[in-house]
Amino acid sequence: MKLSREQVLHIAELAKLGISEEETELFAEQLSAILDYAEMLNRLDTEAIPPTAQAIHRRNVTRPDEVCPSLTPDEVLANAPQRQDGYFKVKPILE
Amino acid sequence: MLNPHLYQIAEVDALELYELTIHEAHRLLRQRSISSVELTQAVLQRIAAHDGRVRAYLRLIPEAALQSAEQADWRRAQGEDHPLLGIPLAIKDVLCTRGVETTCGSRILKGFVPPYDATVVARLRQAGSVLLGKTNTDEFAMGSSTENSGYFVTHNPWDLQRVPGGSSGGSAAAVAADECLGALGTDTGGSVRQPAAFCGVAGLKPTYGRVSRYGLVAFASSLDQVGPLGKDVADCALLLSAVAGYDARDSTSANLPVPDYPVGLRPDVRGMKLGVPKEYFVEGMQAEVEQAVRTALEVWAGLGAEIVEVSMPHTEYALPVYYLLAPAEASANLARYDGVRYGFSHPEARDIWDAYRQTRQVGFGPEVKRRIMLGTYALSAGYYDAYYLKAQKVRTLIKQDFDRAYEHCDALIAPTTPTTAFRIGEKAGDPLQMYLTDILTLSLNLAGVCGISIPCGFVGGLPIGVQVLGNAYEEATILRVAYAYEQATDWHLRNPPLAL
Repeated sequence: MKLSREQVLHIAELAKLGISEEETELFAEQLSAILDYAEMLNRLDTEAIPPTAQAIHRRNVTRPDEVCPSLTPDEVLANAPQRQDGYFKVKPILE
Repeated sequence: MLNPHLYQIAEVDALELYELTIHEAHRLLRQRSISSVELTQAVLQRIAAHDGRVRAYLRLIPEAALQSAEQADWRRAQGEDHPLLGIPLAIKDVLCTRGVETTCGSRILKGFVPPYDATVVARLRQAGSVLLGKTNTDEFAMGSSTENSGYFVTHNPWDLQRVPGGSSGGSAAAVAADECLGALGTDTGGSVRQPAAFCGVAGLKPTYGRVSRYGLVAFASSLDQVGPLGKDVADCALLLSAVAGYDARDSTSANLPVPDYPVGLRPDVRGMKLGVPKEYFVEGMQAEVEQAVRTALEVWAGLGAEIVEVSMPHTEYALPVYYLLAPAEASANLARYDGVRYGFSHPEARDIWDAYRQTRQVGFGPEVKRRIMLGTYALSAGYYDAYYLKAQKVRTLIKQDFDRAYEHCDALIAPTTPTTAFRIGEKAGDPLQMYLTDILTLSLNLAGVCGISIPCGFVGGLPIGVQVLGNAYEEATILRVAYAYEQATDWHLRNPPLAL
């Protein structure tokens, strides 16, 4: 099975990942090869097998809802590409 | 607690200080024969002499290292005696270090200075170890050769034309080249064990939950673990003891007591049952690698272990399962690189959607993009059941293979990699060929259990690795099995022929 150009562009848009014309071609080919390889999983009948999300099982982990020391606003914002008035600054969302 | 056995090791006076293991250096520091400042200076000089060609480090912090060394000497003078007090170590660049740039080998995190330490880093600092710098890695730990670093390629100290393995290739190369006494790496699908094998050092992947992941920049959250790389098994035990244990900041860390690993080291495997999974001797495996592992099995048998063949029939499915699940988790984890809170942000974007697309297009390298694409596809509407859910079900079968094997075996023995280190550029153009180099290490992460790779021979001047795999929280068992082999052989004492 070969992924179409449209499929590759659709996946890139879901991932909010800009890709070039060249990458579109390349990924169509490479992802198809990897997915073809993964077809071998269909040799196994897994109808009655439960899925594993995490190998070492743990139940829900909770903690008391208590205030504890945390980073200062300045520390939190220190790595922001753009900041203003104690906030992260983003590009326009609506024109 | 000290293990007296570790301190009866042959004369170390003739060695250069940078050649010392952690336990040897600890002995000399306790005796006041050397200071941490002297040790740290020797290692920094070693780095200055060789790292221009090995390129293990993305970033060095020599001034901070010497300050920590002075402080360690002062703490020792006050009576403190932790085995890592004053020991110079290297940290893989996917672990957050407060005040020290952390890029994960990615351009998208260039300039990111974490405001906090990963728990493992905090524990090393608390123990008084000296942090030398951050080691190179495949971008976001995605790779098997360190060629996917967004900055430069690291070279294998045994042959500079070859890869050190990956993704913890910088840490493994630094240990092999005596550019640190020990290091931390991370292992999501073999990223500690595979480079350890390629570079001829010891590398341990702990049980999922044994070591805190807080401050480890997430790649695949159900698989990632931090693990030590050392010049020998005892050093791995010392490093693991320092970083293991419950952390309230990681809800997946296990709230279980941690054994004293160094004290538990005894070169004794009498009566132990070691399983050899026949499926790990794969088609296309380098003949000398198989031979070295078979010879290692004879050594364990000679030490009194019982060797039994076992079957783990789903081993061949680990590769497709891993390369669906790990990218799926990665595609979710890497959604956070949006150019808003940290790292690179594309300056010319018109609106927020354009900013996301352009920031990620320019900031991520080809392998990271490929995995985001693959993972997004596996999770997308219409394909989730066929790929992601199917892979999770086969993961259960792989886990059951391990459960069955551990019902009657204390540990399993297998080659770490199908071949020795390959040439730089040899597999860079074909992602599937590159993925196949991980074929013997992936299952362990999918099953969540622990393993250690140690050197078991050489071919053509390149190291060969053998892995000892253990059940969940059986790190003490695999350390003991590995230690017994190491004490009976001398592969770990060889040094790469790095000429000045």
